[in-house]
Amino acid sequence: MSDLTLETSVAKVPEAAPRSPPASQIGLVGWLRTNLFSSWLNSAVTLLVAYLVIRWLIGFVEWGIVNAVWSVPNNQTQACRDLKGIGACWAVVTEKHRFILFGTYPYEEHWRPALCILLFVGLYVVSAMRRFWRKELALVWIAVLAAIGVLMWGGVLGLSYVPQERWGGLVITLILATFGLAFAFPLAILVALGRRSRLPAIKAICVLYVELIRGVPLISLLFMASVMFPLFLPEGMNIDKLLRAQIAIILFAGAYLAEVVRGGLQALSKGQYEAADALGLSYWKKTGLIILPQALRLVIPPLVNTFIGFFKDTSLVLIIGIFDLLTAGKTAIIEPAWQGFGVEVYLTVGAIYFVFCFAMSKYSQRLEAEFNRHRRR
Amino acid sequence: MSQSTTDPRAFRAPPRRPLRLSWSDERVRGIVWQVLVVGLLGAVVWWLWSNTVHNLEVRRIATGFGFLRREAGLPIAESLIEYNPTDTYLRALTVGLLNTLKVAVVGIVLATLIGTLVGIARLSRNWLLARLAAIYVEVIRDLPLLLQLLFWYAILQGLPGPRQAMQPVAGIFLSNRGLKMPWVEWQDAHSFALLAFVLGAVGTWLYRRAALQKQMQDGQPRRLWPVALGAMVALPLAVWAAFGAPWTIDWPELRGFNFRGGMTISPEYFALLLGLTLYTAGFIAEIVRAGILAVPQGQWEAAQALGLHPGQVLNRIVLPQALRVIIPPMTSQYLNITKNSSLAVAIGYQDIVSIANTTLNQTGQAIEGIAIIMLVYLTISLSISLFMNWYNARIALVER
Repeated sequence: MSDLTLETSVAKVPEAAPRSPPASQIGLVGWLRTNLFSSWLNSAVTLLVAYLVIRWLIGFVEWGIVNAVWSVPNNQTQACRDLKGIGACWAVVTEKHRFILFGTYPYEEHWRPALCILLFVGLYVVSAMRRFWRKELALVWIAVLAAIGVLMWGGVLGLSYVPQERWGGLVITLILATFGLAFAFPLAILVALGRRSRLPAIKAICVLYVELIRGVPLISLLFMASVMFPLFLPEGMNIDKLLRAQIAIILFAGAYLAEVVRGGLQALSKGQYEAADALGLSYWKKTGLIILPQALRLVIPPLVNTFIGFFKDTSLVLIIGIFDLLTAGKTAIIEPAWQGFGVEVYLTVGAIYFVFCFAMSKYSQRLEAEFNRHRRR
Repeated sequence: MSQSTTDPRAFRAPPRRPLRLSWSDERVRGIVWQVLVVGLLGAVVWWLWSNTVHNLEVRRIATGFGFLRREAGLPIAESLIEYNPTDTYLRALTVGLLNTLKVAVVGIVLATLIGTLVGIARLSRNWLLARLAAIYVEVIRDLPLLLQLLFWYAILQGLPGPRQAMQPVAGIFLSNRGLKMPWVEWQDAHSFALLAFVLGAVGTWLYRRAALQKQMQDGQPRRLWPVALGAMVALPLAVWAAFGAPWTIDWPELRGFNFRGGMTISPEYFALLLGLTLYTAGFIAEIVRAGILAVPQGQWEAAQALGLHPGQVLNRIVLPQALRVIIPPMTSQYLNITKNSSLAVAIGYQDIVSIANTTLNQTGQAIEGIAIIMLVYLTISLSISLFMNWYNARIALVER
């Protein structure tokens, strides 16, 4: 009964016209009040940060755009020197951009590494699309990597032969990262499986490999590749420096990726293993058909994050003198005319690295959100 | 009682089948696989080993660590201990190791501080501050560390010379020779005062432990700060005063083309420290942010409902829970800082890798040089992860 009385009493109240919230709560003013000026302390922080950011931005625009020199006639860097640090000398980038991108590759043949870079980017884009995630993708990878090898080396199909010593720049960074990935990934899967194996000898070998590699810096492996590998091989047999560094990077990445893959194997519920056993599948059938497809799917976001780290780490080959993007940038300013313009070159090289890493990082975040969507339901 | 209710069948061992020499026996397959893998790996190692021995013979390189006692003859710009080029390789490598530790320890402390601040700033309700922190994290994490080191080093080298040195604060000079700042003339009194401070800190820690145990028994909280103040401030000051309170400040002065006196932070060390700290702080910020977000909102609200004041909410409720999430990934960041300090070699800071590399170039002892580098890093990595595991176990959730 009480419900009834309540209802009637409510019904008798004349309906008030809906009022909009006070002007200070909505729109731009409201947003500013909640996000920037919610308290005295907050307002002070906002003003201080805004002041610093604006001052820095003005300084940067003055240095980078207003006072900058964009090009100079034939290596006469006097115009740049006259700036005395108040403006950027982008002329170094205008002058050396071919060198930074392609290293000492023969000038007329620059279209070949440029095409390789496009092929690499295309390969990444195709691999990132979920609709292409099927077995044929491995064949595409093999085909594209082979095509890149042919383009870079030449010597067939009317392309002139270019020895490996003359390769350089961005394409070397992409080669080290992509080939490293292509070989380290299968290795990592084997090692991760080995580490969870019940066979003591295999488990011990895998644990030793992973812990040893993860305990030492990549540089020590690269040094090993550059000074110790030649001692390991029989006399007269010689592997070129790029390949040696590539092997070191594969071994390094393999250990880190193995730990990520192992995380996926552990996250899988025990029932999946037992169900596969109950069906009478052999170890390799169980792993290939039941375990890996689920485990790898789980670890794709952390895998992409490891790839980012690994892409950045390829720059360490600078220390053993391999001509990757960063080394090319560093070498571009060795010439006396261009000495002292490191900041401009490193900003440019940094922008290239940033584009690749930022794209991967955004992709990984989107993928993670997509994978987690079904759990929220 | 409980034993009698347990199913006795659970204790029965599985039947032991005799080993059948057939491919369908799982154990036989296991043994065959292991023998195969170990044999293959052994063969590869043996092949590499015999090649190496042969190559060393051909090149007449004597193996062994005897070279460590030879005169190094390599100049080292900065060193924590007494060193001159006539010393042995062993001493040169020790200097390198100390230089590595110097950058790693300072880097870990600074990166933790900056990283925590940025991580908290990213969660701030102030939109501008949060966006700025987010941009910092995104940019710093997407650029190779080596590039950042070279960038900072290029900036430091582009600074004006000592004569036109920048002077942000009176007495502190920033030039292409590094950072110069005033420093106390170090005397015995200071060493003893420092020792007293360390003893005081240990004493305070012991007192805190005892006080917490007593509190568990009688429920009376005991004040910590008077003891801390006495042991860590008053005691060192008293020791310092007892030695006559020496206090001479060594100001850097421009003499000729360079500075004299004061403390120097070389451009190499400065660039390495700056690069390592800012880079790792970006990663630590994300870890701290994730750790704080992992504490459910209900915990904050429940603590506030109990009437705890904000400091207590943070210290007693939120941080202990956030730390559990933060510590394991933080460990790997500390390991990364230590390993990444090896990039010093690219900008000419003489750490262990740089000195070992020079050593192996001078002596030709490639294997020993690399072995030393790896051994040093393995030892450091292992020590850090042991310490952090101990700390992690200490703060881990203790369940009944």
